[in-house]
Amino acid sequence: MNGSVASTEPILRLSNVNTFYGQAQAHFDLSIDVPRGHIVCLLGGNASGKSTTMKIILGLVRPRSGEVIFDGASTLGLSTPQIVRRGIASVPEARRLFAEMSVRENILMGAFVRNDSAEIARDLERVLGLFPKLGQRLSQRAGLLSGGEQQMVAMARALMSRPRMIVMDEPTMGLSPLYVDRVLELIRTINREGVSIFMVEQNASLALEIAHEAYVLQTGRIVLSGPARELKDDPRVRDAYLGGADAA
Amino acid sequence: MAGAPLLSLRGLTRRFGGLTAVDGIDLDLGQGELVSIIGPNGAGKTTLFNLVTGLDRPDEGEVRLDGKDITGLAPEKLAGIGIARTFQLGRVFGNLSVMDNVLIGAHARLRAVKPAVPLIGPLLELGLALLRPSSVKAEEEGLREEVRRILARFGERLLPRIDQPAYSLSYANRRRVEIARALALKPRLLLLDEPTAGMNPTETAEMQALIAELKAAGLTILLIEHKLDMVMRLSDRVMVMDEGKKIAEGAGEEVRRDPNVIEAYLGHGLSQAAHDEPEEVA
Amino acid sequence: MSSWLDYTINGLIVGNVYALVAVGLALIFGVSRLINFAQGSIYLVGAYIGWVAVVQLQTPLLVTIVLVATAAAVVGLIIERFGLRPLQNSVRIAPLLATIGISFVLDQLVMLTFSPNPRALPSQLPDIRFQVGQGTIGPLDILIAAVGTGSALLLFVFLRYTKLGWAVRATAQDRDAAMQMGVDVNRVNQAVFGIAAALGGVSGMLVGMYYNQIDTAMSLQATLKGVVAEVVGGAGNVPGAVVGSMLLGLVESYGVAVFGTSYRNLFAFLLLILVLVLRPNGLFASARQAPPEPLTGTFIAPSRPVRIPPWALVITAGLFALLPLFPVSDYLLQTLINAWLLGMLALSLTLVAGTVGQVSLGHAALLAIGAYTSALLSLNFSLPVGLAIICGGLMTAALGTLLISPSFRLRGHYVSIATLAIGEIVSLVILNWESVTHGPIGVSGIPPLSLFGYELVSAASVYWFSFAVMVLLALLQVRLLTSHLGRSFRAIRDDDVAARAYGLSLNRYKSLAFIFGGFAAGVSGGIAAHLYSYINHETFNTQQSILALTIVILGGLGNVAGAIVGAVALVGLPEAFRIAAEYRILIYGIVLLLLVRFRPQGLLGTI
Repeated sequence: MNGSVASTEPILRLSNVNTFYGQAQAHFDLSIDVPRGHIVCLLGGNASGKSTTMKIILGLVRPRSGEVIFDGASTLGLSTPQIVRRGIASVPEARRLFAEMSVRENILMGAFVRNDSAEIARDLERVLGLFPKLGQRLSQRAGLLSGGEQQMVAMARALMSRPRMIVMDEPTMGLSPLYVDRVLELIRTINREGVSIFMVEQNASLALEIAHEAYVLQTGRIVLSGPARELKDDPRVRDAYLGGADAA
Repeated sequence: MAGAPLLSLRGLTRRFGGLTAVDGIDLDLGQGELVSIIGPNGAGKTTLFNLVTGLDRPDEGEVRLDGKDITGLAPEKLAGIGIARTFQLGRVFGNLSVMDNVLIGAHARLRAVKPAVPLIGPLLELGLALLRPSSVKAEEEGLREEVRRILARFGERLLPRIDQPAYSLSYANRRRVEIARALALKPRLLLLDEPTAGMNPTETAEMQALIAELKAAGLTILLIEHKLDMVMRLSDRVMVMDEGKKIAEGAGEEVRRDPNVIEAYLGHGLSQAAHDEPEEVA
Repeated sequence: MSSWLDYTINGLIVGNVYALVAVGLALIFGVSRLINFAQGSIYLVGAYIGWVAVVQLQTPLLVTIVLVATAAAVVGLIIERFGLRPLQNSVRIAPLLATIGISFVLDQLVMLTFSPNPRALPSQLPDIRFQVGQGTIGPLDILIAAVGTGSALLLFVFLRYTKLGWAVRATAQDRDAAMQMGVDVNRVNQAVFGIAAALGGVSGMLVGMYYNQIDTAMSLQATLKGVVAEVVGGAGNVPGAVVGSMLLGLVESYGVAVFGTSYRNLFAFLLLILVLVLRPNGLFASARQAPPEPLTGTFIAPSRPVRIPPWALVITAGLFALLPLFPVSDYLLQTLINAWLLGMLALSLTLVAGTVGQVSLGHAALLAIGAYTSALLSLNFSLPVGLAIICGGLMTAALGTLLISPSFRLRGHYVSIATLAIGEIVSLVILNWESVTHGPIGVSGIPPLSLFGYELVSAASVYWFSFAVMVLLALLQVRLLTSHLGRSFRAIRDDDVAARAYGLSLNRYKSLAFIFGGFAAGVSGGIAAHLYSYINHETFNTQQSILALTIVILGGLGNVAGAIVGAVALVGLPEAFRIAAEYRILIYGIVLLLLVRFRPQGLLGTI
């Protein structure tokens, strides 16, 4: 893997990002750092601007001002496929699998940007090792799987491009407690192999259990940030969601 | 709550394939009350609105207005009996002026130019629109006056722009036009879907003040909002939805401290997940 | 005497041909949510390139097929790259209009290069037939079946086993997710257009060989049949398109067996309307799905209309009114008479398509209804011409609205498809209902224009009459637009979900718009009938519908003054520059394309 910049630089840096939908402002001077090899989570309630952050990182939406730097190079103005080819993989909100394609085809679509078929085949084996249950479902249409199984497929798919960073949008939403456990375990395992993870989550308790750092977003502004273990017991997190002191 | 409720939902359910978006919702709304519906993403709030306003039909359950069953009635009919709604992110008529946008709000109240005669009614409407007898002109003038009065509630925001096309307005102004349009219907029941979405704190405060005024004037309001402070200040009662079900209902402060609600928003902790029933895994 | 097996075989063979067109349409719709109106034109191009190959280059069959497929594919790639990709971020109506314009331009280019006369396309295959049970098949049947199955197999392999094929499937299923996997959606669009074009082109060549005849009228028919098959199978559904095509082929074949060949197309279009009304998602879709997310974004280009001061309008109208008093040629007057008649049609269309947003592509049918009604009333019942014309208008208002009403529940491209089909149905009914319309013979000896017993003989009197009628209709339309109906129509166009929420019944107001517009178009048709003194089912054709659309786009959707200005421009300017008739339609197509690309709001702006 190319080590382009010094490994103390964050793998992803959002710097004073301001995003607009027409005239509605979604982000106000947003600044987030994802240190290499860390799990960083972005928390916040509805309408806080979390999903828009994902779209900025993947190039689906352009900020009006500010910088987005991945692995030392700006991604502003690049198309989504170009950004993905730089080494970011995505696990979209509600999975967004290709419902009519088989599980195997879905997972292999994750490797679309690669051309080395022998290595891809080897990676498929390895990934199935991480997700044993999927081995039995390879030829099933992805749309027929349960929510939890689909999430497994989405994560397997994301691994196939050998990304340096994976961005996940609400990976535990709509999942039963058992699958929630599994997903979090998998995120830890993937991270241990050196993949940086940026996770947007509504479920603060869970996210704070596995993240290294966390940011809390409220109506487009970062209101709290810091090491996850400190924020875990901070009552201000709850306030940011349910409003206590004068929030808005 | 004194007297019979104005709006009554019983067992309202809507499924999409395997997903139950709205699951057996019961709710009563009394005359002059303001009830807020809150809940995490995907809880089913807008789907519920769609069921009440006729944009979608429930699979089970009923909706009653003043005791009358209005379940599954088309949106056009509901406008005629006094239900007005606004939409998430706002849906104004982009190429129409502010005046025309708000005039459309009063469409269901047109009587002189839209006689309620079966079969030939539409032809009469066409004829009257072309001929414009004095009754029709008077009605139209009267409505325009009314629109100016409604727009005056918004200070200098909309009146100076009354003839500009809605697409040229700022986002906040477009949302204001939407509310003005709803008021032109002279509603008995007003449903507001995230009226302050995407607004900055000043705009939000203005909107909050407006909604408080409307409530003080006696309007019955059902509100979906995420800004919980605003919800607490305005609501008589709050209903919390999660995954299609009602998980709490009551006064704002109660609901905010309800552990079920906190969990729904912040999520189960990992330790709790282990105590839940393991789901059957294929 | 053919057996039922023969009809079945014929149905399946024709179904194969339709499948080649329909699959292309399904692929394109799946990936870009676009109905490619130019598909039939590519089919036509294929047929003529096949002719060149067979008759002039005398290439062996296999080479011919490859040549046609490649040439057609190149055309498809050019269309995607230069005709459609620039419109990616444009308003929703733009790609729809662009493919219509492209089909116009392509058809005309073929016609100009090869002349509109039909020509033979021999199949180079031996003329023998094999006995199969009660029926027979020939080598051409086998060829078509082979090409059909062969293409299906190749497509299957492509979609299943190649990277680009996977990219196509992924993009059709979830475009955003596909982009997030690194798929270049532009390349996918290119590939899909290329494949669809190759299939369509080969299909055209095969049909030409099957009937040993090709001519430029093939184009529209192919588009419509392909769309019928695709809609029946479910939009975007490739296997469904194949099944839909076979079904269509069989329905047509059996229909012809029972009712005769002139009813062939009627079945196709009736099937389309039936499916659009009852099962708009196709035969294979499930019933109660989640309600479709209402389309966001604008339909037409928002713009500030050019405000013409009333005194300028009055002066211009006055000048045109006084024109015959000056020493001008009859030729000029006749040109302007045409402009006024077309202007009335444009007024009608700008109301329906511009103000209400129902982009009707079959508007010429309204002219036909008005013309026939007026002609037959004055001939068979000796009704005074003026009264007959008014009755023509009223009949068109009533019947036209009734016929179009199945399309009221549809949106976007589907409205255009439905209106196109309805227009064709009207034309076919006129052709076949011989007892009333005299069928292909047409109606002749139509009494000339006369008012209160005085015949309008001179060009000047006809000019004044038609100008006065047009101005009257325009003034009425303006009055309509400034009433509560004007804002109601526009509200429905801009956002029908919000419109319904505030009490506007879509059926009611769409009907009213078509009633008014139908009257205007019917009157125009009536006047034309008495002017021409002879009409048949081809007098008012799709070309006029498209011309009317171009006028309306040029003037500005919904803009009354624009409709008239556009009519004068598109009728008058070619005359002024003495452009030969053959080139005019080509120019109209190019004008439409340029407008859509660079000035979708037209000259005077949309209202």
